[in-house]
Amino acid sequence: MSLSTADLLDYDEVLERFDPVLGLEVHVELSTNTKMFCGCPTAFGAEPNTQVCPVCLGLPGALPVVNGKAVESAIRIGLALGCEIAPWCRFARKNYFYPDMPKNFQTSQYDEPIAFNGSLSLELADGTVVEVGIERAHMEEDTGKSLHVGGATGRIHGAEHSLLDYNRAGVPLIEIVTKPITGTGARAPEVARAYVTALRDLLRALDVSDVRMDQGSLRCDANVSLMPRGATEFGTRTETKNVNSLRSVERAVRHEMSRQGAVLVAGGEIMQETRHFDESTGTTSAGRRKETSEDYRYFPEPDLVPMAPSADWVEQLRTTLPELPWERRKRVQTDWQLSDLELRDLVNAGALDLVAATVDAGAAPDAARAWWVNYLSQEANSRGVELAELPISPSQVARVAALVAEGELTNKLAREVVDGVLAGEGEPDAVVESRGLAVVSDDTALYAAIDDALAAQPDVAEKIRGGKVQAAGAIVGAVMKATKGQADAKRVRELVLERCAG
Amino acid sequence: MSNLTHSTAADLAAKIHAGEVSSVEVTQAHLDRIAAIDSTVHAFLHVDTEGALAAARAVDEDVAAGRPVASPLAGVPLALKDVFATKDIPTTCGSRILENWVPPYDATVTRRLREAGVVVLGKTNMDEFAMGSSTENSAFGVTRNPWDLDRVPGGSGGGSSASLAAFEAPLAIGTDTGGSIRQPASVTGTVGVKPTYGGVSRYGLVAFSSSLDQGGPCARTVLDAALLHEVIAGHDPFDSTSIDAPVPPVVAAAREGAAGDLRGVRVGVVREFTGEWYQSGVLGAFERSVEVLRELGAEVVEVSCPNFDYALPAYYLIAPSEASSNLARFDAMRYGLRVGDERGNSAEQVMALTREAGFGEEVKRRIMVGTYALSSGYYDAYYGQAQKVRTLISRDFERAFGEVDVLVSPTTPTTAFRIGERVDDPVAMYRADLCTIPANMSGTPAMSVPAGLSEEDGLPVGLQIMAPALQEQRMYKVAAAYEVARDKAAGGALINRVPELEVAR
Repeated sequence: MSLSTADLLDYDEVLERFDPVLGLEVHVELSTNTKMFCGCPTAFGAEPNTQVCPVCLGLPGALPVVNGKAVESAIRIGLALGCEIAPWCRFARKNYFYPDMPKNFQTSQYDEPIAFNGSLSLELADGTVVEVGIERAHMEEDTGKSLHVGGATGRIHGAEHSLLDYNRAGVPLIEIVTKPITGTGARAPEVARAYVTALRDLLRALDVSDVRMDQGSLRCDANVSLMPRGATEFGTRTETKNVNSLRSVERAVRHEMSRQGAVLVAGGEIMQETRHFDESTGTTSAGRRKETSEDYRYFPEPDLVPMAPSADWVEQLRTTLPELPWERRKRVQTDWQLSDLELRDLVNAGALDLVAATVDAGAAPDAARAWWVNYLSQEANSRGVELAELPISPSQVARVAALVAEGELTNKLAREVVDGVLAGEGEPDAVVESRGLAVVSDDTALYAAIDDALAAQPDVAEKIRGGKVQAAGAIVGAVMKATKGQADAKRVRELVLERCAG
Repeated sequence: MSNLTHSTAADLAAKIHAGEVSSVEVTQAHLDRIAAIDSTVHAFLHVDTEGALAAARAVDEDVAAGRPVASPLAGVPLALKDVFATKDIPTTCGSRILENWVPPYDATVTRRLREAGVVVLGKTNMDEFAMGSSTENSAFGVTRNPWDLDRVPGGSGGGSSASLAAFEAPLAIGTDTGGSIRQPASVTGTVGVKPTYGGVSRYGLVAFSSSLDQGGPCARTVLDAALLHEVIAGHDPFDSTSIDAPVPPVVAAAREGAAGDLRGVRVGVVREFTGEWYQSGVLGAFERSVEVLRELGAEVVEVSCPNFDYALPAYYLIAPSEASSNLARFDAMRYGLRVGDERGNSAEQVMALTREAGFGEEVKRRIMVGTYALSSGYYDAYYGQAQKVRTLISRDFERAFGEVDVLVSPTTPTTAFRIGERVDDPVAMYRADLCTIPANMSGTPAMSVPAGLSEEDGLPVGLQIMAPALQEQRMYKVAAAYEVARDKAAGGALINRVPELEVAR
């Protein structure tokens, strides 16, 4: 389906007429060693169908056994999200046919999730804090992967044939569902992105998942609906899938708002449907439309016994929660003496982990922050990559900062060293060596350059000797030029004054 | 008639372990018997001659080398219901959709049998996916009852029960979801036991109704069943619903019961198991068996379990519901039959064509009933309500077992019916399980033991004995005592009155 701009309503006009309501469903693959219900490994990227067994292939007769580590992770996630933990809950079967689902039912949780009723607070770029309610976090198993060959879109419709890889089938998933997010107005896309970012940071801190959106270990489905401004009854929602990056979350929500707005303004109706986000065009398109709403015929999974995590165990898991992202931000602000604005810049640049690692490697917080938030952020931007994807490590940045602090490098030289590291020229010290960037600290060499400069500008030399100290700048400049900037200007100035006094 | 094929498992084991006869000889005798008569009976779907003889040789080597044998049943042949996964041997569940499927793994029951040195002769016929009471729903032909070849051997485990009654095997394994071990045992004059739910691992048992299915032993004597029970029972970490508790001492109980003293045992006769659907000869045999229990010293009282009347309808909501989900995996994508795999057909069409061609009528009926019962808007009225009935049935059992040690009833309302007699009347077929279903609903153990012949047709009748969860030893003791007394009064074991079969040319 092609989409012309006429099908979209101007964003400002959407907001004049409608209030958006968001609901975000995030699927997180847990980084357990083994699958949810069997002992198969979960490593990403193995040869197709090499990490399978009778259980995760759903062979006749095979039975599931719950992975205790996955339950533990689920409870820890629930606790970190401020959820209540169910003292008794069950798995349920979600029945539907799909070739990549070995049993044609997904073992999931339905009306008895392990964690429910929590919240996550997020901070937007300008410091506005938004509290997002968490409806539930429940456990389930992932499906296999289908590779549709021959179709234009990589989707099943129009494909010549499909290949199935069941390595992912049975990988433990936690599905985290928000309560309806209302009142965000124009900022709905930003809130959606901030929510997924905050959740990702939280899960990373808990060390329960790789949270790699590009590898699918964190996947977001965005439910979007519009209601006339001031209304209280939600409009019909669509669910957009295949949103594989933070930026896409934002774009998908924004696009869907404009699309729905156009439909509604034209007097149309929103179909409750699943839509697919296309990264390349930034648009969504309808999945197969269902005649009737899906009936999954949920019922309690009879092959598993109910789970009853004891209060003692839950409390013990609570003590294992690491410092959570918002707690950490608060601590960092105090430790590094940052203003609110400085902290926000640091967080928005996505540089907190990198700066912390750089500080851990010995750099002063201010220097570490300056490198990552200013110089390297620009570099990442111009390369179009994430900060962490730059080919320079926190310990390398810390080494450069140390050379500056020791007076071995000027800031200007230091930037050249960093450029060298980014260009793949090796460790900072090697770059200094190969590019000959060390500060000229040999006073003899400097004296020669100073004498040349004084000789070349006798009138200036005279002024300095006559007590006009500020005239020394011209000589310092000439020396810096002669040494190609590799001298420490402060030291040059000292030597010039010493020479002229003598 | 061969002594080897007509011996009990206990006797065969004793002779094999003493070196008086080899397991290979015993196994070969049974293979010969199968070759001679199974074209008539059709108890087996697959016979694993080589595997059986190899297993027998391994036991014989242990005996010859003076090594301890792997179990009290090492070297004894067995017929395995074709619903248990067997590595390298086809496992079809009596269904076209699994025709020629060879599992890459062994069920836990299969593994325990192999590790115990039990010789698996082959896989027995059954109603498709264990849905039925006559074995007529098998996609691979009917099995005939050795007592009367025009009659059914019961179901779903008719192949297992017929193999015992035809002396093709001294031991068999069945599964019992609503009576599929006990009812076939009843109509073939053999012994069949449904253990406590969770007592025998379901890992590798192809599921019909997960919350009801239970594997169990089948034999011609109570002691043989007990010996087999102890081989296959016990906790299995691969089955989450498996009970982590010691196996009840059923062999000791069977031996104790054989002494014939039931003084101090309180027996409850379930009042509800009588009425228009019951054949008079069955009720007559049942009354005589209760009299025998009294003579053995048991105290017999009547107890009421009013909710048992709702067991059958509730069962026919729960079992199909679970089945509709369990059988969803048969979709031609990974294994089994594939129909319509040609250009232009979508995966969904291939799934539909395969399921249309691969499942029989009864299976389709139950998938549709179950799908309906689980649908949103109907779930509470059907599945939800049926689960409540299940709780009420469990309470009836609890109340009854507060008063008595075991409960007794006829196993099934009639003797073996004629092949074809009930195929067009599903509800009449379902009534075969009237007395057996309550124990499945509550997860409690129950067994059927031969209780003589019905007056009007001379066919076997079964006595059902039920016990509280994990109290199997109670019913084994009563069954063993009754067996001894009945055989003594009748001048021999009931099974010896089965007509000799014509050996096929």
